[in-house]
Amino acid sequence: MGKRKVTGLVVYLVFVLLPIYWLLNMSFKTNEEILGGLTFWPQHFTFDNYITIFTDASWYMGYVNSVTYVVINMVITLLVALPAAYAFSRYKFVGDKHLFFWLLTNRMAPPAVFLLPFFQLYSSIGLFDTHLAVALAHCLFSIPLAVWILEGFMSGVPREIDETAYIDGYSFGHFFVRIFIPMIRSGIGVTAFFSFMFSWVELLLARTLTSVDAKPISAIMTRTVGAAGIDWGVLAAAGVLTIVPGVLVIWFVRNHVAKGFALGRV
Amino acid sequence: MNKVQNNRAWWLVLPMFVLVAFSAIIPLMTVVNYSVQDIFDQNTAYFVGIEWYQEVLRDTRLHDSLLRQFTFSFSVLLIEIPLGIAVALTMPKKGWQSSLCLILLALPLLIPWNVVGTIWQIFGRADIGLFGWALNAIGVDYNYTANTVDAWLTVLLMDVWHWTPLVALLCYSGLRAIPDAYYQAAQIDRASSWAIFRHIQLPRLKSVLVLAVLLRFMDSFMIYTEPFVLTGGGPGNATTFLSQTLTQMAIGQFDLGPAAAFSLVYFLIVLLVSWLFFTTISHMEKDKSDG
Repeated sequence: MGKRKVTGLVVYLVFVLLPIYWLLNMSFKTNEEILGGLTFWPQHFTFDNYITIFTDASWYMGYVNSVTYVVINMVITLLVALPAAYAFSRYKFVGDKHLFFWLLTNRMAPPAVFLLPFFQLYSSIGLFDTHLAVALAHCLFSIPLAVWILEGFMSGVPREIDETAYIDGYSFGHFFVRIFIPMIRSGIGVTAFFSFMFSWVELLLARTLTSVDAKPISAIMTRTVGAAGIDWGVLAAAGVLTIVPGVLVIWFVRNHVAKGFALGRV
Repeated sequence: MNKVQNNRAWWLVLPMFVLVAFSAIIPLMTVVNYSVQDIFDQNTAYFVGIEWYQEVLRDTRLHDSLLRQFTFSFSVLLIEIPLGIAVALTMPKKGWQSSLCLILLALPLLIPWNVVGTIWQIFGRADIGLFGWALNAIGVDYNYTANTVDAWLTVLLMDVWHWTPLVALLCYSGLRAIPDAYYQAAQIDRASSWAIFRHIQLPRLKSVLVLAVLLRFMDSFMIYTEPFVLTGGGPGNATTFLSQTLTQMAIGQFDLGPAAAFSLVYFLIVLLVSWLFFTTISHMEKDKSDG
C-alpha cells in the first residue's frame, strides 16, 4: 500500500471525526466557556451537562422512548420479514415479482408524503402517541430493506439443506427455527443493524406521531431553545449520547458489516 | 437457484403483506382521496377532480424547490460516488485496521439526522464552531446563516460527510468479493493500478454502485431533517427542499388538497427517476451480453 493512499485515508477519517470530536469537546464545557471563545479542548472540564440529562426525566425518558420503539420495530421487522424472505428465496408463487417490486417502492416513498395520513390513521385507531405507532410507521421503510437483505442471504444457502431436513423428518417450523435461522445469523445481524439504523435516526415521522408519552429524544433536542437562548452544552451532551447506541451496535456487527453490504445483487 | 412453484408460499408472505399494506395502502388512499377534493371541515368536501394537480404543477414555489432538489441530488451523487469509491480503494484489506476503519466510517450513518444537523450547525458557526472559525481565520468571509452560497455549500458538505461512508462501505464490500485470482492475473500481465481499477475493479463494482446511486438518489431526494435543523431552509428559501416545502404546506398551512396532490407528484418523480435509471442500466447490461 502506497504512502499516498494512507495519507488520503487518514485525511478522510479526520474529516469524518472532526465534527464529532467538536461535539464531544463541547459537551464537557460550561456554557460560559463555549460562548466565551474558541478552545480546542475543555479548559474547565465538567460533567454538568450529562448530569442534567440523567437527572431530568423529560430528558432521559426521550432515550427510553426512542430505544423502546426502535426495539419494537426491530422485532416486528424480523418476525415478518424472515418468513417472507424465505418464501421469496425458495418459491415461485402468483404475483411474487409484483409483490417484491411493490415492496421496494415503499422504500422510495418520501416520509413527508405519509406524514398527514399516518397521523390521521393512527389517531383514528387510538395509537397516536404510542411507541407502537412509531414502530409501525418505521416498519414501512425497514421491512422492504429487511426482506431484500435476508432474501440475499437465504439464496446463498443451498436448497439441498432444506430437502435433507424434510427427509430427515423435520417439520417446517422446527427446521426453520433450529437449522435455517442459525445458518443465516450473520444476515439477521445485518438486518437488525439496518432496521436499528433507520429507526434510530429518523425524526420526521417519530416527531409527528408522538406528543408526550412516546416523545423521542430527537424531538426533545429541538426544544433546547429556552428563554436564555440555546443551551449549547446540554444540546451537545444529548447529541453525544445519541451516538452511543449506534457505536455499540456497530461494535456487535462489525465482522458482518462488509458481508452484509454485499447485498448488491441487482 | 431454481425455485419451486408453490402458491402456499403466500402464507409465509402474508403477515408481512398485511403489515406493510396497512401502513402503505391506507395512507396512500387517503392522500389520493384528499388530492381530488376541496376540504373545508370534517363533513364538507367537494370533488374538484384534477384542479389541485393543475395548481400544484403551475406553482412557481414548487418549481423552484424542485429545481433546487434536483441540483442538490445530482451534486450529492457527483461528489459522493467518486469519493466513496476512492475511500473504499484506500481502505486496508484485513486485520484490526480494517475493522477500525469500518467502525469509524459507519459512525456518521448511525447518528440521528437531527443530531447531524446540530453537529454541523455548531461546527459551522464562526463564534463557537471550529469549521466556521477556521474559515474566517484564514480570511474567508463565511456565514451560513446569512449567505446563500455558504448555506448551500454547508448543506452539501454535511451530506457528503453524512452519506459518503455508505457508498464507501458498499464499494468496500464489493471489492472484497473480487477473487484473488483476478489480481494475480493482472500482476502477471504487469497491469498498472489504473488498468486494474478500470478493467477489474470498476466492472465488478457495478452492481453495488447501482445500488449506491439508487439509495443516494432516493434518500437525498427525501432530505428533510438535516437542512431543517441546520438552516431551517434559509436564508430565504435557498435550502428549502421538496420535503420541507411539502411539510410547510401540509402542516403549516394545512392546505390538504394541494399538499396531497403535491405528495403524489413527488412520489411519482422518485419512482420515475429510479425506474429510468434502473431500466437504462439493465438495458446496457443486456446489450453488452448480446453483443
